[in-house]
Amino acid sequence: MVEMTQERTVDRSHMQVSDEVAIEIRNMNKWYGTFHVLRDIDLTVQRGERIVICGPSGSGKSTLIRCINRLEEHQAGDIIVDGTELSSDLKNIDKIRSEVGMCFQHFNLFPHLTILENCTLAPIWVRNTPKKEAEEIAMHFLEKVKIPEQADKYPGMLSGGQQQRVAIARSLCMKPRIMLFDEPTSALDPEMIKEVLDTMIELAEEGMTMLCVTHEMGFAQAVANRVIFMDQGQIVEQNEPTEFFNNPQSERTQLFLSQIIGH
Amino acid sequence: MSDTPVTYVRKEMLGQKAPPTSEVGPVRWVRENLFSSPMNAILTILSLYVVYVVVSHVGPWLVNGIWDADSLTECREIIAATGDGHHSAACFGVISARWHQLVFGYYPSELYWRPVLALVVFLVGIAPVMFPSLPRKLYIVTMAAPLLCFWLLWGGSIWLPIAIALGFAVGVVAHKLLDTHVSSLAAIIGAIVLPLIYWLYICGPLAGGLASIIPLGIEFVPSRSFGGFMLSIVIGLSAIVISLPLGILLALARRSDLFIIKTCAVVFIEVIRGIPLIVWLFTAQLLLNYFLPPGSSFDLTLRVIIMVTLFAAAYIAEVIRGGLAALPKGQYEGADSLGLNYWQSMQLIVLPQALKISIPGIVNTFIGLFKDTTLVVFIGLFDPLGIASAIRATTEWNGIYWELFLFIGIMFFISCFSMGRYSLYLEKKLQREHR
Repeated sequence: MVEMTQERTVDRSHMQVSDEVAIEIRNMNKWYGTFHVLRDIDLTVQRGERIVICGPSGSGKSTLIRCINRLEEHQAGDIIVDGTELSSDLKNIDKIRSEVGMCFQHFNLFPHLTILENCTLAPIWVRNTPKKEAEEIAMHFLEKVKIPEQADKYPGMLSGGQQQRVAIARSLCMKPRIMLFDEPTSALDPEMIKEVLDTMIELAEEGMTMLCVTHEMGFAQAVANRVIFMDQGQIVEQNEPTEFFNNPQSERTQLFLSQIIGH
Repeated sequence: MSDTPVTYVRKEMLGQKAPPTSEVGPVRWVRENLFSSPMNAILTILSLYVVYVVVSHVGPWLVNGIWDADSLTECREIIAATGDGHHSAACFGVISARWHQLVFGYYPSELYWRPVLALVVFLVGIAPVMFPSLPRKLYIVTMAAPLLCFWLLWGGSIWLPIAIALGFAVGVVAHKLLDTHVSSLAAIIGAIVLPLIYWLYICGPLAGGLASIIPLGIEFVPSRSFGGFMLSIVIGLSAIVISLPLGILLALARRSDLFIIKTCAVVFIEVIRGIPLIVWLFTAQLLLNYFLPPGSSFDLTLRVIIMVTLFAAAYIAEVIRGGLAALPKGQYEGADSLGLNYWQSMQLIVLPQALKISIPGIVNTFIGLFKDTTLVVFIGLFDPLGIASAIRATTEWNGIYWELFLFIGIMFFISCFSMGRYSLYLEKKLQREHR
């Protein structure tokens, strides 16, 4: 995995972290029934940061990023995205969702709409963009993810890697300021992982604020400026990637890294 | 174990080849499907014999049927005179003499064009909904169709349907004005409440007033003249058209997070579903007037349509709920994550897919509903079965059974079979488009 992204040199010139706060999470807690899934999470994300979140399954990493656009509701603490606090106010939720793009493990493209319609839907209905303009934006981003020729096909006709790139393009069409990735490569064949990671690296090079839940450690080393390790619903360790991989502090992190890199 | 070397490298990739040619054609088909084993051969011969017996008895009865006879006695005389006295023949004379009653009930015969025209208007109105390739302009007919059909069927002053249509205009205007000057919530409430007030208190006097100033209209036909297939179709199609949107709303309400809305939907669905339709029809006949404001006497046919619609809506809601539940959670999340609000994600993402999954169930419910309209015979309406009884009660046709029921059966079969075919067409079309 490490070699894969090293084939390509990553241009870090635009990857500057600004002082502006993009996401602020303060003392956030979440329960599923009586099960305490997220415990006292504190996390501040500056604009332009690329954060990789890893950890064993069930550690709450997906739940954490799903709380950021309110796909999951938190019960205690504050989440402030782009200056807007997440509460049960529906208007705030829709506003944040239209500013925060998200890519899912299973793509979640709309199978009854063409690729182009998938991409133009939200700009037309949420942003009131004229159809023609929305289509131009969509084609621009489809070209960016290198599949403009698939625009008139339905998602079911595309390979997994292509579908995930469409999903990224679909999010980008809303011109989001923050992108969340929830295990974007976990459902893909090894041959398709690279094309999706390349797209994500390109995005990072342009300075997008990104939070990625992923086990692609090569990707983390190449683009992340911070790696967060979670276990049992809490942040166990965070550090910049070189230090995180070469010199993990916590025993739990060492065990985890030895298991995913050792084999 | 062997000398086969472990390493192997393919020099060139294989191209595609045609599948092996084997014998094809009818002979092979017959051998494979009908005579593949001794047991299969015996079953085939036995089945052919059964088919022969049925056809040899029913065939002549159908083919020799007498089409021009004015009474059963006359028909039997013709049969006795023509045959050797042993052969059977159907007396289709009853259908040639009374088909107009079976189809239109006691609707005045010089006005038959009105229900026929209403059916044409309905079909043109529903066409753009059923076949999306048709021009969008046809939706004008779709919007005008309900009131136009209502007016064509019952007749009377033209001012009543126009006054009713004005109610929708009242709603639209109220929504526009309140939305710009007050708030969007007030606009929604206003758009629902103001038209209701208008319909309850202003609509009737307004139509009456206009009719007394400019009397313009066609002959009024009371509901008790409705009968036969026309009645089945009027009740069935009205219920189908209204129950689908109602069922969708109920299904969404039942899956809602809002406790009150959810409870109301559950109670409504379970109560309506848990009691037989015939009980609801008796309720419509006897009790419904007690619940309506005094003085507003509702036509029995309209009451039946309302009951059948509510009954169908409860079933449709459950069918659609199945479709909604079958949709992967990721679709809801995908829509949410893009910032679509609830109604947008329902309209654009969830319902198109859930309805597609539910098509067989929805059409199944509609077919059942259409056949259930024959139950109205028990509350004194003349559906095809009621008309058949009435025909058999006359001296001319006393004692005739098979021919009438055959005719009714064929008419229902044609209607239901075409609904089933349309459902298959739609499923195939959506399948082809999306995969």
